[in-house]
Amino acid sequence: MTAIPNGITIERWTRSSQLALGSVAVALVLFAIAPLTLGAGAIDRLTALFIYVILAAMWNALAGFGGLVSVGQQVFFGLGAYFTIRLADAGLNPFLSLFAAALITGAISLPLSFFMLRLKGGEFAIGMWVISALTHMLVNLDRLIQGETGTSLISLNVYESGTRRVVIYWLALASMAALLGILFALLRSRAGAAIQAIRDNEDAATSLGVRVIATKRLLFVLAAFGIAVAGALWLATSTTFQPKTYFSVQWTAYMIFMVLVGGIGKFEGAILGAVLFFVIETFFGAMGVWYLIGLGATAVLFSLFLPHGLWGEIERRFDLRLLPVGYRLKLPGPTKIQWNQ
Amino acid sequence: MIDTLIQGILLGGYYAVIACGLSFMFSVMRIINLAHGSLAVAAAYGLWLLASKFGISPFAGLLIVLPAMAAIGWLLQRYLLERSARGGALLPILTTFGLAIVIDNLMFEQFGADTRSLAPFIGSLSYDSWELPGGIYVGKLAVMTMATAIALLGGLQLFLSRFALGRAIRATAEDPDTAGLVGIDARKANALAAAIAMVTVGIAGAFLAMRATFDPYSGGPQLLFAFEAAVIGGAGSLWGTLIGGIVLGLAQSLGAQVHPQGFLIGGHVVFLAVLFARLFLVGTPIIGRIGFTKTGFAKIRAAIRSTP
Repeated sequence: MTAIPNGITIERWTRSSQLALGSVAVALVLFAIAPLTLGAGAIDRLTALFIYVILAAMWNALAGFGGLVSVGQQVFFGLGAYFTIRLADAGLNPFLSLFAAALITGAISLPLSFFMLRLKGGEFAIGMWVISALTHMLVNLDRLIQGETGTSLISLNVYESGTRRVVIYWLALASMAALLGILFALLRSRAGAAIQAIRDNEDAATSLGVRVIATKRLLFVLAAFGIAVAGALWLATSTTFQPKTYFSVQWTAYMIFMVLVGGIGKFEGAILGAVLFFVIETFFGAMGVWYLIGLGATAVLFSLFLPHGLWGEIERRFDLRLLPVGYRLKLPGPTKIQWNQ
Repeated sequence: MIDTLIQGILLGGYYAVIACGLSFMFSVMRIINLAHGSLAVAAAYGLWLLASKFGISPFAGLLIVLPAMAAIGWLLQRYLLERSARGGALLPILTTFGLAIVIDNLMFEQFGADTRSLAPFIGSLSYDSWELPGGIYVGKLAVMTMATAIALLGGLQLFLSRFALGRAIRATAEDPDTAGLVGIDARKANALAAAIAMVTVGIAGAFLAMRATFDPYSGGPQLLFAFEAAVIGGAGSLWGTLIGGIVLGLAQSLGAQVHPQGFLIGGHVVFLAVLFARLFLVGTPIIGRIGFTKTGFAKIRAAIRSTP
């Protein structure tokens, strides 16, 4: 807390947010030791949850903070998996391949950003979809992939299945914690102030000298890297690679659902959305097509009636900040002025 | 070779038809409707249902489907897009994307995964062709599609420039507030524009279903084709859309000659190349605004603003 005259204070951490950070740390430790007691099915499901959190947080970083709505993020998901296959085929350890593949995908996204970030709004959104469709076609041309038949991450079979499952679980947990940590630190840094300024008003941010394009590029590359990690991890859990399933627009639909429901542009919102999506999938996933219709309809309703999502609503009603990435002004009286609103 | 070129050009007619609604809506409301392709497929299913269940020929079926599409467009604008556009420029993308998922999966639920086509219901039209000198055959349906594209674009151009309603739409697109000052109801103009756009989407759906097969998830690719044609052609007139469609059709037909998978790759690559050239060499916005010559309305607006 920084004290400035007139009894006004600027606060960042509140008591509830300090408590929240503590609980996050405890939760991570609990998750880390969980495989000791959990069965194989539960471990697989939790691995999926961690991957969903990564996807939601990364899409939120791009759309919620960078103002870049993309319906082609599946391109990075697919490339993360594809390069893992390629690297493992070349003889690299499969677990190392996962992260090397994500680094390659992140590196590819940098030159791509110089092109794509010149597009605006819906043009960027569908433009990314075109990039994804084209990449899908090109990956199909690789003989190793055998077109839509696909292939598997065979080299993973040398590990015993129980060990493999737990290692992938830990890798997913560590990746999620690391990516969320990077995003949290980024949003609280100097660049974070710029990012949030862009989120709130791009033109105003530009006029204040915020380097809008450079900041957006940072988010674009981070999101590409993070989603590639998720794609590579997904490949590790399912071992089969069919281009059609990895380059499917469905992944982006899931990301949009999680972020819209949780709260677009809220750090906690994406996590909440991923957890909700995970619960909904667990209970209703077996309903097949009606489940997908429900997801789409929910996304439409949230975009129309609750565009700030559940977390936005919770924040507004209860004035709650758990993992604060902004600042706020505290007046001596009962009224509070919030910078974020 | 000449055969490939001619087929490519004619294929462009279809792309022009499906792109014209997308760029029209973008011009007027600044919204890219991500459910565009899915709605075209929905119209195709409507025609298929009328033909297979009630024996109504697809051409007669259009008399039912097109008014229904117009109504859908009106409702879409009034109840979804209008509300969503108030939440900022990004929200309509999410709303229409969610809508596309709902439409696609509802169609899957209703009609299953089987591919359908209207070809069995239009008699010999699906395979009839004219022979040109040099042993080149052109399909009657493909020529009809091209003729429809030209008629549709010409009709839209005429409507926007000669009719009061068309001028009201253009005025709203140009500046909704100023249009309101001269007594134009912007909400009505936008809903009307959406209705018109959906009629063109219905026509596109009919041609999609007559010339090829479709399934519940065909909407995504159709959206991409429409977007690509609109962007390639986007120089600012409705006729640009026709050129965009033809370029896309040519790129795909030539790509298919090079490699079995070259059809889609060719289209995407040419699209990106045009986009690249436009962004880095010319630096103009990528989808132009169709049918809006500044002169006429800008004069009126200037006159209104200078009135004390």
